Amino acid sequence: MLYYIIRRSIAAVLMLAVISVVTFFMFYASPTDPARLTCGKNCTPQSIEANRKALGLDKPVPVQYAAFVKGLFVERIFPDDPAFQKRNPDKVTVCPAPCLGYSPLQTKLVTDIVKERLPVTVSITMGAFVLWMVFGVGFGIVAALKRGTIVDRGLVALALVLYSFPAFFIALLMYNYLSTQWGVLPPPNYVAFSESPTQWFQGMLLPWISLASLFAASYIRLTRAYMLETMGEDYLRTARAKGLNERTVVMKHTLRAALTPIVTVAGLDLGILLAGAAITETVFNFQGLGRAVVSSVQVFDLPVIVALVLVAAFFIVIANLIVDVLYGVIDPRVRLV
Amino acid sequence: MIRDTPADDSRKPFLEVKDLHVHFPTDDGLVRAVDGLDFTLERGQTIGIVGESGSGKSVASLAILGLHRRSKAKLSGQILLEGEDLLTVSDSRIRALRGNQMAMVFQDPLSALHPYYTIGNQIVEAYLIHHKAGKQEARKRAIEMLERVGIPNPGRRVDQYPHEFSGGMRQRAMIAMALVNDPKLLIADEPTTALDVTVQAQILELMKDLQKEFGSAIIIITHDLGVVADVADDIIVMYGGKCVEKGTVDEVFYTPQHPYTWGLLASMPRMDKVRRDRLDPIPGNPPSLINLPPGCAFNPRCAHRGEVEGDRCRTEVPELLEAKQGQSARCHIDAARRADIYAQSAGLKT
Repeated sequence: MLYYIIRRSIAAVLMLAVISVVTFFMFYASPTDPARLTCGKNCTPQSIEANRKALGLDKPVPVQYAAFVKGLFVERIFPDDPAFQKRNPDKVTVCPAPCLGYSPLQTKLVTDIVKERLPVTVSITMGAFVLWMVFGVGFGIVAALKRGTIVDRGLVALALVLYSFPAFFIALLMYNYLSTQWGVLPPPNYVAFSESPTQWFQGMLLPWISLASLFAASYIRLTRAYMLETMGEDYLRTARAKGLNERTVVMKHTLRAALTPIVTVAGLDLGILLAGAAITETVFNFQGLGRAVVSSVQVFDLPVIVALVLVAAFFIVIANLIVDVLYGVIDPRVRLV
Repeated sequence: MIRDTPADDSRKPFLEVKDLHVHFPTDDGLVRAVDGLDFTLERGQTIGIVGESGSGKSVASLAILGLHRRSKAKLSGQILLEGEDLLTVSDSRIRALRGNQMAMVFQDPLSALHPYYTIGNQIVEAYLIHHKAGKQEARKRAIEMLERVGIPNPGRRVDQYPHEFSGGMRQRAMIAMALVNDPKLLIADEPTTALDVTVQAQILELMKDLQKEFGSAIIIITHDLGVVADVADDIIVMYGGKCVEKGTVDEVFYTPQHPYTWGLLASMPRMDKVRRDRLDPIPGNPPSLINLPPGCAFNPRCAHRGEVEGDRCRTEVPELLEAKQGQSARCHIDAARRADIYAQSAGLKT
């Protein structure tokens, strides 16, 4: 088991390295000149070249990549020019390790951007995760147990409706009706948890519900399907033949088997969402990772793109690893070697 | 010995199934899975129910355990376990009996055991449902049972999962689980079908030993005549949801009464007869339980239909009649004539 985790962790690091290389080189394969983007309309060829040098964009791509990787372990100073640093020690930006780079377009350290935005995304994702696991899985179980009845059909229809609409539409509808018009829910607003847990909770409610409703829709169907599949298993007949009551047969024997595969899906969904719930963040005007990805891609902000792709890859790779290890624990038939 | 009429002593038989019907209403029509089944079974006795797939043998056994959903299956008749009618008792009463007084060993132990719980865990659960005992005591009992059914190193095996057991060991574990509460009635549904032949013999041997030890009554359901010949005292041959022949093992094997039983015996390899070139299969397929052939359900496959005058085989359902002392069959052909036909065909073949 330990050996498996170590091996998988090494593979995860390699995977992240490959992803960072690919992102880096793909960016430079594009026809856009990043130095040209660093100054506005009144750019002279000289100022572009000066910026290019200051940002280190004149160096070969592998050298730039090496500098980026080095920054993950040791402090970097921007601009990376010893002469400039000596001349204007007050104009340099120090980026302590792990340094994800410097965004000339936002004149900010990428590390700071991630630090600012990660809590927003984590807040949205974790809250929504709890909601959709409770309601999605819960309703899925109910639907399976009441198979064929009006309850089952209603839940399946609800899931289909929620699942069919685009995410932004559901989010906007909920925003408009639940918050603005009827005032059932407090208006969405991000307040850091450390500042005020109550306000954080109130401001998060609407994004949680709207994001969770989307996922709950697919989890209702998924859970129902796994439940129905398990309910036909021979070992449940064995459990009944022992004299177990129906409650124990369902709550212990059926759920144990039906919910195991859901752990896999849930872990991966969580990993993907932690990299940014772009649409939900945009609709409710939350400054999370998802929006940062979208805006940095739109303006070709290389350092931010590379860093956010890596953060996303990190979450997904870690989620995968956790799911695999967890699966080895909850399903005794899976051997981790 | 099977008695068609209640014995004249006042003692109630241990298990008495009277006119059992199990029907499943479906969208395609009524499935008459079991259509009038009678038998009695005493403690320490073994009855074998034999038949092809879909003859209703498993459905009948599930009915005894009360494992049919009342919403899906319509049951009628009587199943008297020591005088108590299992078809009319409450759910909680039958749950108390199930696993305790009567237990079941299922076919294919890999799918019948829960893959996520250890063998010990599953046996302990079965024990604790019916016993007020501590976890440690139940565990000790589980290990004891595993040892009793011949699982080597039970102290270690008890914590293993079903997939870590071999097929034969899994079936032994299944038997250990069924016997953990000393049931008076053990129902084994195709207990050896998923196993190698050598392991089959071991399992059957084990069941015989355990029966001697615990004195339980056993119903063994199988399509394999070799299995019943080995362990059963009495045999019921089922076809199309009905019992077509019943009698003691020796009677059914040496003087079979029903043409279907003849077919079954002819399609079985025998060591005690001169080997012929090939086995004789019964032509055709088992009937659909929704659309049973009118008259005798076996008539479309019966080679001796011509023996009966007129069209009775196709119009009239034959009664289960005593052919000789203690052995009865459901056939229109006269018992004496049947004996002739069988003697002739058996004579020709040897």
